[in-house]
Amino acid sequence: MSAVIQRLKAARPQLALLALALLVNVFVAPGFLDLRMQDGRLFGGLIDILNRGAPVMLLAVGMAPVIATRGIDLSVGVIMAIAGAVAAAGVNAGLAWPLAILAALATGLVCGLWNGLLVAVFRLQPIVATLILMVAGRGVAQLITEGRILTFTEPHLIAVAGGTLAALPLPVVLALLAAGLTGLLVRATALGLFVEAVGTNPRSSRLAGVHTGLVLGAVYVWSGLMAALAGLIATADIKGADANNAGLWLELDAILAVVIGGTSLYGGRFSIGRSVLGALVLQAMRTAILRAGLPPELNLVLMALVVAAVLTQQSPAFQPLAARLMARLKNKEARV
Amino acid sequence: MDMKTLPRRRTLSRRILGIGAAVFLGGLAAGCDSGDKKGLTVGFSQIGSESGWRAAETKLARQGAEQRGITLKFSDAQQRQENQIKAVRSFIAQGVDAILLAPVVSSGWDEVLGEAKAANIPVILLDRQIDTPNVDLYLTAVTSDTIEEGRVAGRWLAGKVQGRDCRIVEIQGTVGASLVANRKKGFEEAIATAPNLHLVRTQSGEFTRAKGKEVMEGFLKAEAPGSICAVYAHNDDMMIGAIQAIKEAGLKPGTDILTVSIDGVPDIFKAMADGDANATVELAPDMAPRAYDILLAYRKDHAPPPKWVQTPSKLYEPDTAAAEYARRKDLY
Repeated sequence: MSAVIQRLKAARPQLALLALALLVNVFVAPGFLDLRMQDGRLFGGLIDILNRGAPVMLLAVGMAPVIATRGIDLSVGVIMAIAGAVAAAGVNAGLAWPLAILAALATGLVCGLWNGLLVAVFRLQPIVATLILMVAGRGVAQLITEGRILTFTEPHLIAVAGGTLAALPLPVVLALLAAGLTGLLVRATALGLFVEAVGTNPRSSRLAGVHTGLVLGAVYVWSGLMAALAGLIATADIKGADANNAGLWLELDAILAVVIGGTSLYGGRFSIGRSVLGALVLQAMRTAILRAGLPPELNLVLMALVVAAVLTQQSPAFQPLAARLMARLKNKEARV
Repeated sequence: MDMKTLPRRRTLSRRILGIGAAVFLGGLAAGCDSGDKKGLTVGFSQIGSESGWRAAETKLARQGAEQRGITLKFSDAQQRQENQIKAVRSFIAQGVDAILLAPVVSSGWDEVLGEAKAANIPVILLDRQIDTPNVDLYLTAVTSDTIEEGRVAGRWLAGKVQGRDCRIVEIQGTVGASLVANRKKGFEEAIATAPNLHLVRTQSGEFTRAKGKEVMEGFLKAEAPGSICAVYAHNDDMMIGAIQAIKEAGLKPGTDILTVSIDGVPDIFKAMADGDANATVELAPDMAPRAYDILLAYRKDHAPPPKWVQTPSKLYEPDTAAAEYARRKDLY
């Protein structure tokens, strides 16, 4: 119990941000917090944010351990597109839906393995290694879909995004399960410690007996798997595989979510839970902007301002500066 | 040694054979050549194959060339201007009779088009215009009138709702594209004449199904239930996403909320045939065949065509949707 409280305490900045973002939503659309039950499923603004945020939540769950090893995975958006294309092409070719889903997930594993191989065995810098797949992968997805949006009507595959489990949309359940499982894997075992050790100092962790190659490979494989799951959700959501646009730029959202979650790009300590919160902060802001009725030219500007404010506030150099500024202001007031 | 020289010798003999055949066929062609209409060679530098529409444009360019006895040299630039410049230079070097260019960007063409002009090869722009102080660099541009597309959509909606009060939401394409500004402008012009039509919300769906769906979900949440009367989307793909959002909100697209979008991709015809959509304004993909006809006419009577040839922006409704879907589904 105390461990849970400690975790929540650690996540105070992210929780405060999320509360702030939700408040903006309430301000934009009164009745945002209302929840209602209909046909055995919960509806409401909070559910919408969880549901729309599920793909980036999944990507962030995969990305956080990668970043903790001082790596980065730029290919996750493209893996989403490839996995979606594989699933859609699969059911359209008459493959049973469980096999199509398995094939899509396997594709994610293979893509992750490729990244892991380049980083762990061939020692390419992660940003370059994953850039290869990021650039080439969309072409692979386009080859599978033949450049078209591959639509499908297989109800089970559509249910990956449209289905309901335990009164929640299935994407939310999948994202929360994946986050929980990953959290257990890294925190209930020594795996998380190994990941952080490799990120902090690969050499000394190798000398201390950590199999660094295996740890590095594993985080990229896991990231690939999470991306494939996110791709399945995105594809099922529009009932079609859109090779050109599925997951486009989402790798950047995932990195941002992890960074808002307090993980440094220099590796080391990371948190799955806080990365998920980071993804939700982003989605809550996006939802507020979409619903505010402002001109769309402002979308990106507003998003950038919010992110800049959030990250500056988290920067270690900013806090003493802010404290000094506050003190000076107080002094001035006292003199007046 | 032998291993090395063998393939070389073979290509050499093949080349000799080729030259012989060319001389022979050339003689034949010269014998029956009655004008220059037959046997034209046209080079086409295409942007890429990023969408179903562009794939259809390419397919129709090939079909149209075959029907007219034109030899088409095709080059896919994969979204890069330098590839297009290279392709145009190679067409000039090959001495083609004309060049079709679908420019990926609007500036930076002056030099290479100047080279084409110096070689006396007419260039026809397809689907997009370019920025140049010297419009003599190209023969004509065959494109759609993107403002007119918006107007056609707006006029249809005004006619459809008659005098009824109608709150419209708009799903724009990617912010910053001239196409988006034009499709918005034309639509606003057309509905400005009807005081009962109000554009209440506009947001960018970035031309994709996923974003179109998300934006429509937002509109449905932000507006009072049942108060949206129509949705206008700058392309069909965003509308297909929006239709899904309307359905998931428990409403009936096409009945509870009217839809009108632009492009004419096969899936919107399918949606119309299923009763989920009301209208689409076609962006005609047969730009290359139109360019061929302009070119053939120009070579015959040497009268320069107008600098801008607009393709028609035709509106389609559900009555013809099933037949149009059947006609298009293999084209895209």
